[in-house]
Order: sequence, then C-alpha cells, then structure tokens
Amino acid sequence: MLDQSLMGKTYPKIIFLVEKQRLKFFAKATQQSDPLYFDEDFAKRNGHPTILAPITFLTTVGYEQEKPYKYLQDLGVPIGNILHAKQEYTYYEPIYAGDKLQMESKIGKIYEKKEGTLDFISFISNYKNQKDLLVAESVSTVVIRNK
Amino acid sequence: MILNELNNYQIGDEIPSLNVKPITRSMLASYAGASGDHNPIHIDIDFAKKSGLADVIAHGMLVMSFLAQAITNIFPQDSIKKFDAKFIAITNINDILTCKGKVVDIKSEGSLKKLFLELLVFDDSGEKKLSGSATIELIL
Repeated sequence: MLDQSLMGKTYPKIIFLVEKQRLKFFAKATQQSDPLYFDEDFAKRNGHPTILAPITFLTTVGYEQEKPYKYLQDLGVPIGNILHAKQEYTYYEPIYAGDKLQMESKIGKIYEKKEGTLDFISFISNYKNQKDLLVAESVSTVVIRNK
Repeated sequence: MILNELNNYQIGDEIPSLNVKPITRSMLASYAGASGDHNPIHIDIDFAKKSGLADVIAHGMLVMSFLAQAITNIFPQDSIKKFDAKFIAITNINDILTCKGKVVDIKSEGSLKKLFLELLVFDDSGEKKLSGSATIELIL
C-alpha cells in the first residue's frame, strides 16, 4: 500500500533550455521524417522562426534534473518495478529551439486496480515558456508491477 | 497538405499508417540519450533480467513518438490540441510496429472543426502495443 498522503506533493520547478542540437538529436532518435524538426532553413521557409519541437519532446524536460524519479523514491517504489501505463498531453503553444521552459510538477492520484494487485501513480506537470505563456500540460501515469 | 484536403476527412476515415523499422538495441540507446530517460530497464540487459524481464524493453515514449509522427505527417502541429496514449503491451527488441489512426467523431463549432482520432500501434503478429486518441482543431 502506497502512502496516499503524498497525493498533491509538489516538486521544485525545473528550468529547461530547448537547445537546437538536442531537438535534432531527439528528431533523429525518434526517426522523424519531417524536416521541420531538424532543418532550420526548411522550418523558416515554412513559416516557423526556427526548428520546432515534436509533440512528445516535453518528456525530456522532466529528466533534466539530478533525480528524475524522485517521486518514486518518495513513495518507496524501485524503478525496475514500474512501467509507463499512460501519457496525456494538452497543447497550447508551439515550442521552438531557443525557448526557455519552466516545468512545475506534482503527484496526482495514487490508486489501486484489480483488488490491489496493481498500483498506479499519476504525475502532473505544466510547462510555461519565457513569455510566461502556458505551452502544455501533461499527465504521466506509471503502474507498479507487484512481483 | 492543404486545409481543403484535411477538411474532407469524414467519420470512419483512416489516416495513412506509418511503418516503423524493427526495434533495435541501438534505437533504445539513442532514444535514452536524446530523451534523457536513462532507466536501465531500457538499455541494460543485466538490470532488465534482475527486474524480472527477459530482455531490455522499448521506452513507451519512443513508441508514442512514432505514433506522433503518424499524426503530424497529416495534420499541422498547431492543430493538435490533445494527444494521449495507453501503453497496453511491452514493445520488445525486433518488434515491427505499425501506427494507425481513424477519425471517430467530428464536431463543428462556427468556423472551428474538431476531429477526434482513435489511434493504435500494433506489431506484425497483431499484438496491440498502444492505444491512444488525439483531438485536432481545424479553422475553416
């Protein structure tokens, strides 16, 4: 049984600079074929200020800290026991190379399914850019494999 | 693609499917570096075995990123308002994935047209890996 009192626990703000090279690396690793994600000249010719971040790029922001799985440690869950169960994104503004993002996160829900054999934890984040505009929100849910 | 063509999408229409190359260890290592997700379950076979798995497994977010491309190949990124995925089954080394999407509902609000997509990733044996949905808003 996980400590339900940690629902709503907040984590320190993360500042993340969206680097051009990092976007190119991410585009290559996820096999993006659209040059908007890695070719600056192409992006400019197509009405964008510079290289655009793909819609799953925000996943990188949370890992940009010393202990990205701190919330799991706080709940006493070993990292080898979790699987990603669900990921949800809501988008408001595009993210471009050079943007400076701020991510704020908290533990969302902690709940059981299948008579306690499966535990779920959701982690809620919001992301703002350097203009203080909300660019996106995400909810990431992990399931604990009770071995 | 021009807006007129996007505007022709009807309920029940499928978007072109996206075929992904077989999953390799180097794809997972590269994604770990690019995303910053260094959970050893994806890159270290010894750790994976200690965690009760037969081998390293693919990052769910890598699979979701392939699926994202199936959507952004068709719809301009600024028209995508919501995107979510449920990870149903583990994706293993050598799995060959296909990403699909289908329009399941359309709502028009003035000059705004909302398309609701149902999304699916499955392997060449037909096993479902991921199911998801997306909301697209087109301004007419």
